[in-house]
Amino acid sequence: MGTTASQLGKDLLSEYQELTFLTKQEILLAYKRFSELLSKDEKYVLNERVPMDRILTLPELKSNPFRKRICYVLSTSDSTNGSLTFEDFLDLLTAFSDSATMEIKSHYAFCIFDFDDDGTLDCGDLEKLVNCLTGETDETKLTAEEMRQLISNILEESDIDKDGTVNLSEFQHVISRSPDFVSPGSTFIKWIP
Amino acid sequence: MPQDSLITSENDIDLVLEFEGDDSSYQKEHRRQRHREKRVDGDIVRRKRGNERRKGASRAEEGESQTRPERIDRGRRKRTRSHQDTKGSEGDEEVQPKIQSGRAAKTRKHTKNEKTRKKEEEEKAEKGEGKERHGKRKKTSASKKEREEVGGKHTMKEKAQEVKRKKHKRVVETSPEPSEEDDIDEEVDEEEEVRPESLSSEELEKLKEAVDERKKLIQALRGKPWPIKKKCVILRESQEFVEKYEGALGKGKGRKLYAYKVLMSKKWMKFQRDFENFKTACIPWEMKIKEIESHFGSSVASYFIFLRWMYGINMILFCLTFGLVMVPEALMGRPYGTIPRKTVPRAEATSAMDFAVLWDFGGYAQYSVLFYGYYNNQRAVGWLKFRMPLSYFLVGVGTVAYSYMVVIRTMARNANESGVGDDNSFNFNWRMFTSWDYLIGNPETADNKFASITTSFKEAILEEQESQKDDNIHLTRFLRVLANFLVLCCLAGSGYLIYFVVRRSQKFALDGLENHTWWERNEVNMVMSLLGMFCPMLFDVISALENYHPRVALQWQLGRIFALFLGNLYTFIIALMDEINLKREEENIIKFNITVWEASLFNGTVSVNSTAPPVTIEPADVPRGPCWETMVGQEFVRLIISDTMTTYITLLIGDFLRAVLVRFLNYCWCWDLEAGFPSYSEFDVSGNVLGLIFNQGMIWMGAFYAPCLPALNVLRLHVSMYLQCWAVMCCNVPQERVFKASGSNNFYMAMLLVILFLSTLPAIYTIVTIPPSFDCGPFSGKQRMFDVIQETLESDFPAWFGKVFSYASNPGLVLPFMLLMVLAIYYLQSTSKSYKEANMELKKKLQTQNEENKKKNKLAALKAQMDLEEARKGSSRTAQQQKNSPSLQDQETDEEEDHRNSQRLHRSKNGRNTPHSVREQGGQFPTSGAPVARPNRHGNQGTPGYPPSFPQQSEPRMHRLPSLQRH
Repeated sequence: MGTTASQLGKDLLSEYQELTFLTKQEILLAYKRFSELLSKDEKYVLNERVPMDRILTLPELKSNPFRKRICYVLSTSDSTNGSLTFEDFLDLLTAFSDSATMEIKSHYAFCIFDFDDDGTLDCGDLEKLVNCLTGETDETKLTAEEMRQLISNILEESDIDKDGTVNLSEFQHVISRSPDFVSPGSTFIKWIP
Repeated sequence: MPQDSLITSENDIDLVLEFEGDDSSYQKEHRRQRHREKRVDGDIVRRKRGNERRKGASRAEEGESQTRPERIDRGRRKRTRSHQDTKGSEGDEEVQPKIQSGRAAKTRKHTKNEKTRKKEEEEKAEKGEGKERHGKRKKTSASKKEREEVGGKHTMKEKAQEVKRKKHKRVVETSPEPSEEDDIDEEVDEEEEVRPESLSSEELEKLKEAVDERKKLIQALRGKPWPIKKKCVILRESQEFVEKYEGALGKGKGRKLYAYKVLMSKKWMKFQRDFENFKTACIPWEMKIKEIESHFGSSVASYFIFLRWMYGINMILFCLTFGLVMVPEALMGRPYGTIPRKTVPRAEATSAMDFAVLWDFGGYAQYSVLFYGYYNNQRAVGWLKFRMPLSYFLVGVGTVAYSYMVVIRTMARNANESGVGDDNSFNFNWRMFTSWDYLIGNPETADNKFASITTSFKEAILEEQESQKDDNIHLTRFLRVLANFLVLCCLAGSGYLIYFVVRRSQKFALDGLENHTWWERNEVNMVMSLLGMFCPMLFDVISALENYHPRVALQWQLGRIFALFLGNLYTFIIALMDEINLKREEENIIKFNITVWEASLFNGTVSVNSTAPPVTIEPADVPRGPCWETMVGQEFVRLIISDTMTTYITLLIGDFLRAVLVRFLNYCWCWDLEAGFPSYSEFDVSGNVLGLIFNQGMIWMGAFYAPCLPALNVLRLHVSMYLQCWAVMCCNVPQERVFKASGSNNFYMAMLLVILFLSTLPAIYTIVTIPPSFDCGPFSGKQRMFDVIQETLESDFPAWFGKVFSYASNPGLVLPFMLLMVLAIYYLQSTSKSYKEANMELKKKLQTQNEENKKKNKLAALKAQMDLEEARKGSSRTAQQQKNSPSLQDQETDEEEDHRNSQRLHRSKNGRNTPHSVREQGGQFPTSGAPVARPNRHGNQGTPGYPPSFPQQSEPRMHRLPSLQRH
């Protein structure tokens, strides 16, 4: 178990390629980045869990307002501490990669937005979401009245069955109509002349 | 969420049922534990079995339960199979409780929660996984609903023997919550595995189907939102399964072929993957762009991706012109200095190597493969007999055709990707869910993004609140008209200026360039570049008058700049056309002169010595025509060069120098330069994209007359890439208003298409209408440039081909063909329209149905609640009166109903499964046969004292009381 390639193993690598939307180079790069997050004495990268704090030091996640949610959602840890294994990390990357399908993206997006993990986006979730998007500072925060208005508008639009919450299928419906949700992480014109 | 929970309860029972049916196909290690639990269940079950039988018939009328007999049936089938398969005493033992449980599955509603728990335990044990992803177990109501629908649909449709296929479908279709089904699925497959050789053909068919399903599953696996570990396990199992049985499937002759096919497909897959990897490895500048993406968000990065895309296109154009035109001519054509068109004239020879001349693409540069005039009209060159003029012509046409193809294809792909976002009905939701740019990795950019999102929210709220209110509409209108007027003035002014300058430069050119200063020589290009630089700023100032929403303002701004550039370009072209006409007049004069000169030459030589060999004149001395094609090519090359220079210089001065000044003067200045007035510059995405588009337009326009243009452009783009990447990272700050890129995506592509069309228009016009120069270029001596095609047809192809071609190009054939195409376009358009309408219709239907369902469920829940209260009252009142109930069975049925009602009710309140409270509630009801009302759906069960249905909640008591009195 010395170099990167031998540690990942050919079979495992091809399996990962099969199961994710990442290419070989990307997986190797991810592996490198991930093993950098580990401390020196943790040699068996595949089995290690990296605590959330250390994952959040990645520049890609540093300024993302949903960084904690992302970790929680993708973590397979028992104790819901947001720690990630390498495979969870790959899950994260594939969910955010350009070529991931709409279904995967909307599913994870929904999980990320669902702050209390109850399977629907209710008013509380939406409020938290708005707060995440507008930042923590006071000058950018919306007032209570604006918040109420905004959330009622949102529910009015998307809550098809009028139960006061947005569920996954409603969410997917809304999202699939959006011109912007080729992202997160989409590029706009591909290099194919 | 009463609706969901109601449905859920049904659904879960279905699952339990299935599980009952299938778990006979065991995991041996865990059988014991399950078995024990089952016995406990069985006890409960046995008690109630009697009721169940009686109820069976009436149940069938219920909507959801229609499918149940089938399921039970299936369960039995499974059991019998498992019975055969399991050797030993265990099997018999097991089957007994299972039959019970299968038969009495409906009563499992009570024990459902137990079941769920059990299931979970089993899963953990079976998978050895233990770690279910956080939040996974909490099922989303949506997925439940969906599953319910899917499940229902399939059970209606499918025959019991197609169990497996159905389940597979389920797995595929209900991916969000697939865990249970999947486990079942595997078990079923394992059960099938027994002995492939001994199976009958029907079973073999089934097995084949299973293998195919597995394969499909493997392929679809990456698109599932499951943790990778689970995917891994499934993948391995499926692959094992497929490998194990794939070979066994084909028998005799077929087997070898089949195995070979499998092997090849595996190899092919691997090759494809490697190729994909290779392809991504070949994409240049990926890391650079990713870095910019994370600093500035996707909109700035989109410019660089666009740049890279352009680079790709130009690379291909360059390969075409370089490989098929320039290299053959340079290698196989006549070398420099052999014929007049390939030689610098004597008069220019002295200055031909001067840098100033070369910089202007005169001198040696003019008489080289870089320009049209150098090419010889020799039909075939070199030992390859390369058809040079034909190749030149076809490459010119191919360039244009290829560009059209690429642009349109990209547009179509973009439209496909984002084409669904047709209406604005989800304005707020989109703002909410999709506004964050996940590529941002820079705190500063993130702050800007926060601010811009907040403003967009506030704007949206304001818009919603006072969409119709407008303070002073007349003033705004006046200002907008004024602004447009000013912009029009600007455009007209700039157009006139260019025309004026071009005319003046023609005068200078007639006088001879040497007599003028550098400025006068380069006036045209400089004026064009300067206009392109300053007019957009002017427009920006003017647009402040208009008071548009920023997004609208941006589009106006882009439109104006587009108009400016286009106007300038076309003025330039018109001026060029003037010049072409001048040159052609000149050419006629020179032609005449040459004949005179030749005649005089011959006369002179003849008179001196009649026996001497024909005189050899140095090619440099031969008088020659002005060759307007080369002139056009030169103009374009100069334009490109000056454009590039201005871009780079603006970049250096406007961005770099400014950044340096701001950075270092800030130490000794009286106000804060960084935060205050000059500040650092932002990266102007739209301006840069427009610049790129126009540059490309010029390339398309001039490429026919100057084959070197694509090469130049590749060079320029390459340098731009590095220079701009550097400039952006070192001296720009993130934008105040961070737009997301994908919105304006096809807007830019549409502009590119317009430019492509407008730039090929003049090029094609000149090719088709103006006869080529008589003494330069590959088409010299022909009436028109496209005559080269006819010539090739006549001399290189058999006669019949030419005939066919001439028939095919007959207007009588071409016109109907075009008509047909127009009709096809019309047809396709109308079908797409009708599809859109159908889509809308479906959407509406869905909405109304949802609302209806919602209403119905709410009503049902309300009714159930009322009934329950009624029942409570009733029970307390009638408890003492009630001495002899109609029958024991009735009592028990009522009890059953109580359980169900309470359970439903409870769920509808909480939206969660709460087993304990269900029990408690159930426990509250005495078994004394209290008159309990039922919800409407369960009313028609045919119990003696009840009418088939109870439309009102007060009715039960009314009907019940008489029956009581009777006793």
